[in-house]
This record gives sequence, structure tokens and C-alpha cells, in this order.
Amino acid sequence: MQNLIDQYQTVSKNNVKTWFKVGKTDDFPVNSGACIKYKTKQVAVFNFTVNNKWYACQNLCPHKMEMVLSLGLIGDKEGIPKVACPLHKKNFSLEDGSNINGDDLKIAIYPVKIENENVYIGFED
Amino acid sequence: MKKIIVVGNGMVGYKFCEKFINLTKDNAFKLIVFGEEPRPAYDRVHLSEFFENRNAKALEMAPIEWYESNNIDLITNTRVVSIHNSSKTIETIHGETYEYDYLVLATGSSAFVPPIKGVEKDGVFVYRTIEDLEDTLAYAETLKKNKNGIIKAAVLGGGLLGLEAAKAVKDMGFEPHVVEFAPKLMPRQLDSRGSKVLKEKIESLGIHVHLSKATNKILGEDFITGMEFGEYDKINVDMLVISAGIRPRDELAKTCNLETGTRGGITVNNKMQTSDPNIYAIGEVALYNEMIYGLVAPGYEMAEVAVNQIIGNEDAVMGEDIDMSTKLKLIGVDVASYGEPFMPVEKGYSIIYENKTKNLYKRINISHDGKKLLGGILIGDASDYNMFHQIYLNSLPIPEDAEELILGSRGKEGSSLGSVMDIPDAAQVCSCESITKGDICSAITEGGCNNLGDVITKTKATSGCGGCKPMVVDLVNETLKSMGKSVKVTLCEHFNYNRQELYDLIKVNKVENYNEALSLFGKGFGCEICKPTIASIFASINMETANKQVAIQDTNDRFLANIQRNGTYSVVPRIPGGEITPDKLITIGQIGKKYDLYTKITGGQRIDLFGAQLHELPKIWKELIDAGFESGHAYGKSLRTVKSCVGSTWCRYGMHESVTFAIEIENRYRGLRSPHKFKGGVSGCIRECAEARGKDFGLIAVEGGWNLYICGNGGATPRHAVLFAEQLDNETAIKYLDRFLMFYIRTAGPLVRTAPWLDKLDGGLEYVKEVVIEDSLGIAEQLEQEMQELVDKYQCEWKQAIEDPNMKKRFKHFINSEDTDDSLVFVPMRGQKMPKPW
Repeated sequence: MQNLIDQYQTVSKNNVKTWFKVGKTDDFPVNSGACIKYKTKQVAVFNFTVNNKWYACQNLCPHKMEMVLSLGLIGDKEGIPKVACPLHKKNFSLEDGSNINGDDLKIAIYPVKIENENVYIGFED
Repeated sequence: MKKIIVVGNGMVGYKFCEKFINLTKDNAFKLIVFGEEPRPAYDRVHLSEFFENRNAKALEMAPIEWYESNNIDLITNTRVVSIHNSSKTIETIHGETYEYDYLVLATGSSAFVPPIKGVEKDGVFVYRTIEDLEDTLAYAETLKKNKNGIIKAAVLGGGLLGLEAAKAVKDMGFEPHVVEFAPKLMPRQLDSRGSKVLKEKIESLGIHVHLSKATNKILGEDFITGMEFGEYDKINVDMLVISAGIRPRDELAKTCNLETGTRGGITVNNKMQTSDPNIYAIGEVALYNEMIYGLVAPGYEMAEVAVNQIIGNEDAVMGEDIDMSTKLKLIGVDVASYGEPFMPVEKGYSIIYENKTKNLYKRINISHDGKKLLGGILIGDASDYNMFHQIYLNSLPIPEDAEELILGSRGKEGSSLGSVMDIPDAAQVCSCESITKGDICSAITEGGCNNLGDVITKTKATSGCGGCKPMVVDLVNETLKSMGKSVKVTLCEHFNYNRQELYDLIKVNKVENYNEALSLFGKGFGCEICKPTIASIFASINMETANKQVAIQDTNDRFLANIQRNGTYSVVPRIPGGEITPDKLITIGQIGKKYDLYTKITGGQRIDLFGAQLHELPKIWKELIDAGFESGHAYGKSLRTVKSCVGSTWCRYGMHESVTFAIEIENRYRGLRSPHKFKGGVSGCIRECAEARGKDFGLIAVEGGWNLYICGNGGATPRHAVLFAEQLDNETAIKYLDRFLMFYIRTAGPLVRTAPWLDKLDGGLEYVKEVVIEDSLGIAEQLEQEMQELVDKYQCEWKQAIEDPNMKKRFKHFINSEDTDDSLVFVPMRGQKMPKPW
């Protein structure tokens, strides 16, 4: 199970090798999340229409190792955009992947790019 | 610069570093820490959590970067093997030598392994470090692979840690057996009677307990197959975890002739100094007052004393009496013991309360003059522990009739324990962090804190074991109140209103959706608290289904199904009153078979189908709806079921038609969203087979009509519903139910069920009777009208979802692929399947 989580590492914009097209902006639900597949990875993509921003993170919740984060409710904690895991409500920052409830859990974050109404996620592989 | 070497990086060794950082500001000292384990110090008290989440990092006291940024050299994976006090040096296992000015030994203890024949066999483990746990888990995995049927695992030792270990092996799916040498569990903390109550309780949870057993042999060839106590007395087990006590790690003392106790431990004085004044010992290796203290709080206190002594604050010494009070939740059972738990007759007398039906045991020990609480035991319910502990520590006055402390003051209002504000400022509230009541209150009155979060950040109270949290909450609220600051309960950081205010605002202003509500009355992007609450408000006002504003629904409502452990969903069709035709039953069976779903009868007289994937949900529901079923709303905060007994149509005792009435009521309130889930029951006679008094509303047939009961529930805090009105005809019963439910929906807080709602309501039951029966507010007709509108607008949201291709779109795992989630793994169980535990 450990290697399931090992394949998820935060990617910064500068290190992107592949901008992978995952669909049209219209394919994604507003103000919530959906899951996409890239090779063996599952990535949750969130469309914040309130501030017109997109975020992406691993779909795997590191707490109980289940593929569920894309199903969680999104929002903010004191201005930091976040997702709440649907299983036990662990809150993760979508800016740096840290756990806002204070536990030492962390998730990987991926850059999102919108061009001509297409949605791209950045990967290093 | 003087050098301090700390040997040992456990909880106490870490606390020494933390106190050192807080108390020294200049660079007069350099701190070097040696740890034998591969990782920095972790929270051993919560070790059993490692079994649940396998996350060693989450248990860390501080990350490795913390040591770096505070200029502490932490050298892990390195055991110190000898001390040369003539040259003031130590030597490590790698042969390196380090000089010190002061040496602090925080080597802790190791698990005691009794000299039993065969203890070296495979499958025998100790319960002490993360590595021990990893070894145990690895063995458990191979057992599960190679053995069919029930796997039995024994724990040797029925003390605190032993019972924790028993829970851990139970969680692995094994049949746990606790083997204890003494005639009782937790022999050091509990008396025989209390121990018996605990034993019965944990046995009811499936843990087998064997007392007065001296193990003389571990059976098996290479690996363990059983344990032998006497010639004809043995049990078969596949694994053994030893938790039979601790032995201080004092071997370093012998390399430099420090004084040690006859049964181990390095002798220290009240400055924590050993027989060599430059060497200190703290924590479980230190023998103070001829005792080893195996609790965290005294260890932390020792760490603080040692830091103070080294930096020159000579007044800081260890007290004479060490408080060994402790409260914990063992396998879900509250257990607490404080002060003197056992009471020799020459010191005082005891008052004992025991309730076998509820597995409750309370004992208080009172001085002969009846004025002082000397100690006691609580089992089953330790909610009063903090207050008892404070009364004991500070010798606070107790009621003249001391039994009121555990039985409550009968016939009078209020608690006999007094208010938290009565305890003295110097009283220690958080013993892990040594925080007094005065520290907490002044953080608010002088330190500028305005809420619980501020106080915790400033004082660190509750950040250790967390046992003091209820008392800290009370202190913060009482202090805020005494300053005239209101303790306003608002929904969350995005809305400065409570649920009832938002309900009114949305209704009066005819707000249409969440975004509009957020821009009118809130701020930010919202969160997982305000979104579902407001979704529920919209549903209660407009009867809109969860399909309308999908993005603000809790995950269960968003996909109209209950999310399960592995991210799959369960499906529950409505079966009103629990009545179902054989044909419909066959349909459910066929669907369960076709989609390979785990099938179980629920507590609410219906059938739950587990393990459906997102993309399967619309297909399954299409088939169910075609066969005449509709959504059961098992996923929503809404009406679940109205349970019924078979009633007068078949039952020879039945007085009225309970099934018919239950179906009518369930169909009336189906789909009705509310602050929390709610359930009903209808019984055909006073034998109460439908358990209607365990529901939010219950009807029981009596001569001349129905008795109506309200505000009961099962679950963690079971409550019997209370009698609301008697001998009602069907029409009046429904009228009162309409008014009662609508009044609850309008006024309750988010996720508050009817029983706690009634508790908090000013005027209580009498007030609800006035509003609902006597119409004291003049709103009865309005409540009925609102309910009728909601009833008329009902539609099945699953039917809605599968008929609209746009709504159906969301039931798909990937946006960019037709693949399904390949991370799902199921294992067989009793002819069906379950998610693979990982």
C-alpha cells in the first residue's frame, strides 16, 4: 500500500515536463471536484468558480489510503483554499498540500493550466 | 559554552529539549541528543493509533527539522554504550567519544519479558516500539494468508498497555485473549470490584479474559501454537503479544558505578541528580522515592526540574507526592483512577456505586471526618473525572452528604460538583503541560485571547493527552461570560449566524441558492460545515432535492448514496414500515446478485446493498425504480424509516393497525430534510415490539387511540422518547407530528437530533406542548401549512437523477476516461465480499 502513495509528489510549475490535457472546462462540475487519470495516477481537480481558480491534488487521502478526495467538499480556511476528505473530514490546503487540522499528513499538489477552455495538469513524468 | 548530552530521545527526552529551549535564551549551552531508535521521539501513549493508520510521522513529538532549527544535534540510530565519569565522556556503539559537562539519562524502559519456556518462538512479540508493532503486523499478515478460520491472539498482561494491545489485535481481525497473572485486570489502578465491572464490559466487546493464570510454557515447534498454564490448562493461540510490565534501562549506570535500586532504576534525589552530581536521570529510568513512575506527567515534571537545575534555578525541585491519577479510554470504555484508589480502613471510608446493567462503577474515598476526598475510581463514565481530580488535588470542600458527589443531589437543581470557577487559581488543570486554572483564565483576562483556540495556542493546555479538554472548554466559556463577552455559537468562519437565524434570513429574503446566501450574509468560499447546513435549509424551505445544488451537498447527498470505507457506496431502497412483497424481495436479491453487492438487513427494517461503484449507481437505481422502489434517503439528514410491529392485522395481542399507520407516516415524511436524521416507530400495543420509544417520534396503540412519544434515539447516547400526548386518533396524531417536526426543523442547530434539541430548549417538554398542542405562539396553522406544502412537493430524487442526462453525468469515477477505479480490492467473507483491510 505504501508504494501507492509514493507515486504522488508535489509538482511545481517550473518542473513540469508534460502538460496533460484532461478535458474541457465544461466537463468539470462547478465549485466542486472531479477525478482524472494520468498513467497510474488518480488526480482530483477542483474548479473554484467563486475566485475563478483551479487546483489539483492527489485523489488518495493519506489518512486511510482511499481514493476519495475528489468527492470532498471544497471551501476555504481563513482564505486558504481547501478540500475536506469525505471520509473523516481531514482538511487539506490546496495551495501547499498541508493538513489544516494539524496532523502531520500531507498531499501532493499539481499545477493546473487553462488554455482555450481546455484544462491541463502538469506532471514531471 | 557548556555541553549537555541527553541519552535517550523518547517522550521525556524530547520534553527536556522543549523545556530547555523555552527556559534558556542565551547560547550558554550546547545540546546533543542520542536516540537509539531510527526516528525522532514519538508519542508512545498513542501507539495503538499506529495500528489504525500506519503513520509513524503522525505520532512524532516534533519533526527532525525542529531539532535543527533549535540548534540541537540529534543523533538517531546510535546507542550510547558507556560512561566514563572520570573524564566526563561517553562512548557510542560506533566507538565515537563525546565530552559532556552535564549528562542527562532519559533512557526510559524496555518491555519486561518473563522467563517463560519457549518465549523465543516465532509469533511472540513485545508491545513497546514502532518496530515491535511493525514486526507484529508483518506476522499477522502471514497468519491471515496461511490460515483459514478464526485466528486467536493472546496478550500476556492485563494492565493498561496490555488492554491497549488487546484492542490492537482485535482491530487486526483476530480473536483477542488477555492473560493476566493477578486475579484482576489493571491490578495497580483498580480495586477488585471495579476490575470486575471492567472485565464484564470488555468481555461483552468480544475480548476473552483469563485471570489468575501463570504461564509456564509457550507451546509449538518453531512457532507458537498455544500457551500452557497448568498440566491440563492450556489455550490454543496463533500469536502472543507480551505486555507484562517494564524494566528501567539502567545498564549505563553500571558502566560508571552510579547507584541503582535493587530492582532496577537509577537512584535520583529531588533535583533529579544521580550519585554523580553531573549526571541526571529522568523519566522511567529514574528511581525517585524508591519508585519508578511509568506515566508521562511525572516524567515531564522531572524533565523540567532537570533543566532548571542545570541552568541554575536551584529552587525547582520534585515534589514529595507524585500524582499518579490517570484517565483514559480503553477499548472505548472510560477508566479513571485518582489519588488513593484503594482505601485502608484506618484512613477513611468508601462510598461505592455499581450499576451492572450499564457497566458503571464509581468509588470515592472520603476522610473519616467526611471533609476531604482522598481518591477514587470511575469506570464506564469518567465525565466527572476532571472535577473529582481537582477536588482531590486542592482539597476543595465536598458536600456534607458525600454520596451526592456520585449520586447527584436529589431533588435539587444543579450539580453537586460545583462550578469550575470554584477551583483555586493555582490548581493544575493540564498536568501534561503544567498549566494552572490561573494561566488559562489570565490568557483571556490579560493575554487578549478571545476563544478556545487562542487559549490553546497561547498556553499549550490540552495539547498533551487532551484529557483536560472538557474542563478547559468550561473555564474558557465561564471566563468569557464573566467578562460580559457573549459566547456566540455561529455556524463557521464564513457565516456569523446560527442555523435558526440563517433559516429565517433565507426564508424572509427569498434567497434562491447558496452563492446568493454567501454573498448576502457570508464571506469567503464556504466550507464543509456551512455548505451542507445551508443545503438542508433550502431543502426544508423549498423541498428541493439534492440534485438542484449539487456542489454544496455533503458527499453522501451529492451521490445520493452512503460512501463506505473504501470509497464505494451503499444502496438502500425505501421499504415503508418494513412491509415488502415476495416479488420485490426477489428483485432486490437479483440486483444484489447481478452487481455482486454485500447484502445486509438494516436496523430500520430495510435492506442495504454495499460495494457499488459510482458508475453502477444509476444502473442499479434504474432497475430498482422500474420494479417500483424509490430512494430510501439513507444517505440524507432526513427521515429514515418508520419501524413497525405487525399490529392487529396478524398479532393476537395487537390493538390497532400499526403497519398501516407506519406506512402512512413514512410516506408522508419521506424525503423531508431536517437538521439531523430522524426516525419513527409505531407499535400495535404496549409490548412495544417496534421500539417506538427509541425513536425521534413514536406511537404506541392504547385503548382509545395512540400515545405519542417524542425525542428519543438509540446510538451512542440512548434516550427514551417522552410521553407527549395520549389517546390520539390518527388525524390528530398526524397534526401534532406535523407541527412538532416543523418546529424542530425551524429551530434546531445543525446536526442536533431531537433529544439534545429538547434538552437545550428553554422550557423543555412543557414548552413544546404549549406550542404544538395549545398553540401558544399562534403558529400552529402555519407549521401545518408549511409541512403540507413540503409533503405535496415530494419527488424521488433518484428518479429525477436518472431521467436527466445532465444530472446523471456526475456518476463517473474519471472525467477523462471510461476506466473504473482499479485500486479497489475486495476479499471474501462468509459467502459475500468486503473491502480489503490494508
